[in-house]
Amino acid sequence: MLELIVAGFMFVALIFYAVTGGADFGGGMWDLLATGARADAQKNAIDKAIAPIWEADHVWLILVVVILFTGFPPAFAAMMTALNIPFTLMIIGIVLRGSAFTFRKYDIKSQEVHRRWSTLFGAASFFTPFIQGLTLGALSTGEIRVVDGKLATGFFAGWLTPFALACGLFALALFAFLAATYLTVDSSAEPDVQNDFRLRALWSGSALAPIAFVVFITSKDGAPAMYHGLTQWWAPLLVGATLCFAIAALTCLWLRRFVIARAVAIAEVTLILGGWSLSQYPNLITPDITIFNAAAPAITLRLLTYALFAGAVVLFPSLFFLFRIFKGQKS
Amino acid sequence: MGMSLAFHIVFAALGIGLPVLMAISEGLYLRTRRPVFLELSKRWSHGAAILFAVGAVSGTVLAFELGLLWPGFMEKAGAIIGMPFSLEGFAFFTEAIFLGLYLAGWNRLPPFVHWLCGVVVAVSGALSGIFVVTANSWMNSPSGFKIIDGRITDIDPIAAMLNPAASHEVLHMLLAGYVATAFAVAGIHAFFVLRDRRNDFHRSALGIALALACICTPLLIISGDFSARSVAKLQPAKLAAMEANYRTQTGAPLQLGGIPDDESRTNPYALTIPRGLSLLSTHDPNARVIGLEEFPRNDWPNVRLVHWAFDLMAGSGTAMLVLSLTVCWLAWKHRGLPDGKWLLRALVAAGPLGFLAIEAGWMVTELGRQPWIIYGVMRTQEAVTPMRKIAVPFAIFTVLYVFISVVVFYLLRRQFMKSDKPVPELLATDA
Ligand code: HDD
Ligand code: HEM
Ligand code: HEM
Repeated sequence: MLELIVAGFMFVALIFYAVTGGADFGGGMWDLLATGARADAQKNAIDKAIAPIWEADHVWLILVVVILFTGFPPAFAAMMTALNIPFTLMIIGIVLRGSAFTFRKYDIKSQEVHRRWSTLFGAASFFTPFIQGLTLGALSTGEIRVVDGKLATGFFAGWLTPFALACGLFALALFAFLAATYLTVDSSAEPDVQNDFRLRALWSGSALAPIAFVVFITSKDGAPAMYHGLTQWWAPLLVGATLCFAIAALTCLWLRRFVIARAVAIAEVTLILGGWSLSQYPNLITPDITIFNAAAPAITLRLLTYALFAGAVVLFPSLFFLFRIFKGQKS
Repeated sequence: MGMSLAFHIVFAALGIGLPVLMAISEGLYLRTRRPVFLELSKRWSHGAAILFAVGAVSGTVLAFELGLLWPGFMEKAGAIIGMPFSLEGFAFFTEAIFLGLYLAGWNRLPPFVHWLCGVVVAVSGALSGIFVVTANSWMNSPSGFKIIDGRITDIDPIAAMLNPAASHEVLHMLLAGYVATAFAVAGIHAFFVLRDRRNDFHRSALGIALALACICTPLLIISGDFSARSVAKLQPAKLAAMEANYRTQTGAPLQLGGIPDDESRTNPYALTIPRGLSLLSTHDPNARVIGLEEFPRNDWPNVRLVHWAFDLMAGSGTAMLVLSLTVCWLAWKHRGLPDGKWLLRALVAAGPLGFLAIEAGWMVTELGRQPWIIYGVMRTQEAVTPMRKIAVPFAIFTVLYVFISVVVFYLLRRQFMKSDKPVPELLATDA
């Protein structure tokens, strides 16, 4: 039971990371892709939306990691060993993204310098989520095997498969879509810029469907356990619901109901991640490591649960305060 | 890992110290309404923002690296010491949120609430330091579990967090963060005051930094003494290596410097103070102090490095103590900010000492624990990743860190340089 609670917290933290931190990466992508007469205005809007919150958003990822290594230490050890290479690449991306964004803000000497930091920021914003999707995908492939507590497969298992690569692409498109949708709300003061982001959201949102289809097709060979999960009785309900939300999000964007579109997009992402984790429950690393056989002793899980509840009590009001000040009333 | 930590600790220490300066300065502004204090807290908050962002990303690197480099260690230790790391996660979260509010909230929050946000940043910065250091002290004095037939049982994460080394390490690290930040900031502003004696901006900054330095430095030295005496009890081999003390003896002398030689078990060229070591480590000049000879040869840490690092830390500490006492005395004598040319020059020279001492102190703690990763329980060898070619990511991270350090240094320098201009003009351009 405790395992489930802790895993639940980890899942919630992952969703929060996707809908906040993921969108910040998406913002970086649109920053790199800013074009046309209003490129600078677009970049400005992105900068304003991300600057006050990205560090807080980023901490969700750290939370996922600490819950993982406190609650499920053997799973952490196995993941970090098997996926050593992609995780190393990912943290390089994280370092570059974060520092380039900060430096861009404070290094205001010349246009040239500013542009160089922007390029690095944008490139790292593409690279990092791709690797994130890829590693999550690799965990479902079933190619990473752990026998008697020892990793039996090498350092290249899983993450170079077509399925994992498709997952990487999916993460890219998903975050781009989220970011563009949020930005339509954030840029409501400038209708032209808002419309730019609306079009971007529509495009990237539509691109999600074919990529999701590729993920599904490749999972047949690439992630059989997950494919099996996705063909169970509840799967059509979940997939149907996700599809409804996806269409609703696009429709709201089309009809310029941006605030509703934002809420619907968040729900869509939550459903996608929910479906993903349900379809591989209870595996953390398919098929050998589960949340049950990797769980830390009960006392650790219990204390961790208390800590997470206590943390949530501090965290949510503070976060609410932050978002209210910056996203609520515009001064 | 050692390198990532050595990099991270600089940002961590500044993350502990800078918010305090920032909050003091804004507090002074609220009381006196002098614009110079407002400007100062804004400048420092920009510094804090840059450092915090880099600290955050380097901290993320650490969280992953624990597993990437030490999977064996995390597999065993995760359940025991994951707690403080999770708590640090929350402390850090709070810090991120309130720093965000602080930075962008100048015009959106009532002044007092804004100041409170600054205080929360300072407190959560300190908390996050406290939590991680308990994890480190657990590696030095593992507690809160039993080993039966080679398996770990009876885990008690709370007892592990409150391990015997936690109190001295936490206290010493926290004070070290304040002292190192205060001296670094004082050094920078002393430099500018030297150039322009009447610059109100730099004089105020220097005053605040020196006040913090004068309060914390003596406390830091006292806590260092407390650390040394705990280490004597908990990890006698580390103490022996710190002092290059090979033989168990009563009335042991204190040896400064020298070139410790493991083969002959001597320390030639050292400056010896009779009975000094016994006095320092037990407060009794005739006490018996355990030497390295009591331990098997393959349980010795690298004596040379540990001894030299310890001397470097204690030497810098003594220098900073002398300097801060001088500052106190001069300030009392002149009833104002001491600004003699030579004092200012000395302060500029002392700017890096705090960080030097922090790096050296961590070398003492970490190298002094070798060959153990968990003292007496697990050897470093058993914990390392089976991944070969570690050299490649190591090289990449080195390049990355060097690059980031250079940019941060350059940006901070400009943040401070900008304030060369008189304050009113600055406020106008900033708005
Ligand atoms: C500004 C920095 C600074 C200064 C001036 C000093 N220290 Fe220190 N010292 C640290 C910063 C530091 C540190 C980096 O913060 C360490 C590393 C681990 C820790 O807990 O604190 C440390 C560790 C450390 C340890 C090892 C603790 C352990 O391994 O458990 C001892 C015995 C001392 N110190 C003793 C001293 C003494 C006797 C000092 C004075 C003369 C002194 N330190 C000055
Ligand atoms: C919470 C704080 C810390 C933790 C949990 C921690 C953990 C570790 C671990 C797991 C090792 C592995 C053993 C090894 O590499 O040999 C290690 C070694 C090391 N650490 Fe730390 N460390 C901490 C703080 C620091 C800091 C702040 C520094 C430097 C400024 C540092 C410097 C080193 C060095 C140089 C080694 C290498 C020792 C050797 O291999 O001989 N550590 N530490
Ligand atoms: C103001 C102070 C500090 C800040 C802002 C800070 C920032 C961070 C962040 C953001 C992380 C990743 C978050 C996490 O894993 O929970 C982290 C991890 C870490 N920090 Fe710091 N840090 C601070 C103080 C320290 C100190 C004093 C040390 C040790 C000497 C330290 C050593 C570590 C280590 C070993 C990790 C990796 C452990 C982990 O996964 O949690 N930090 N830090």
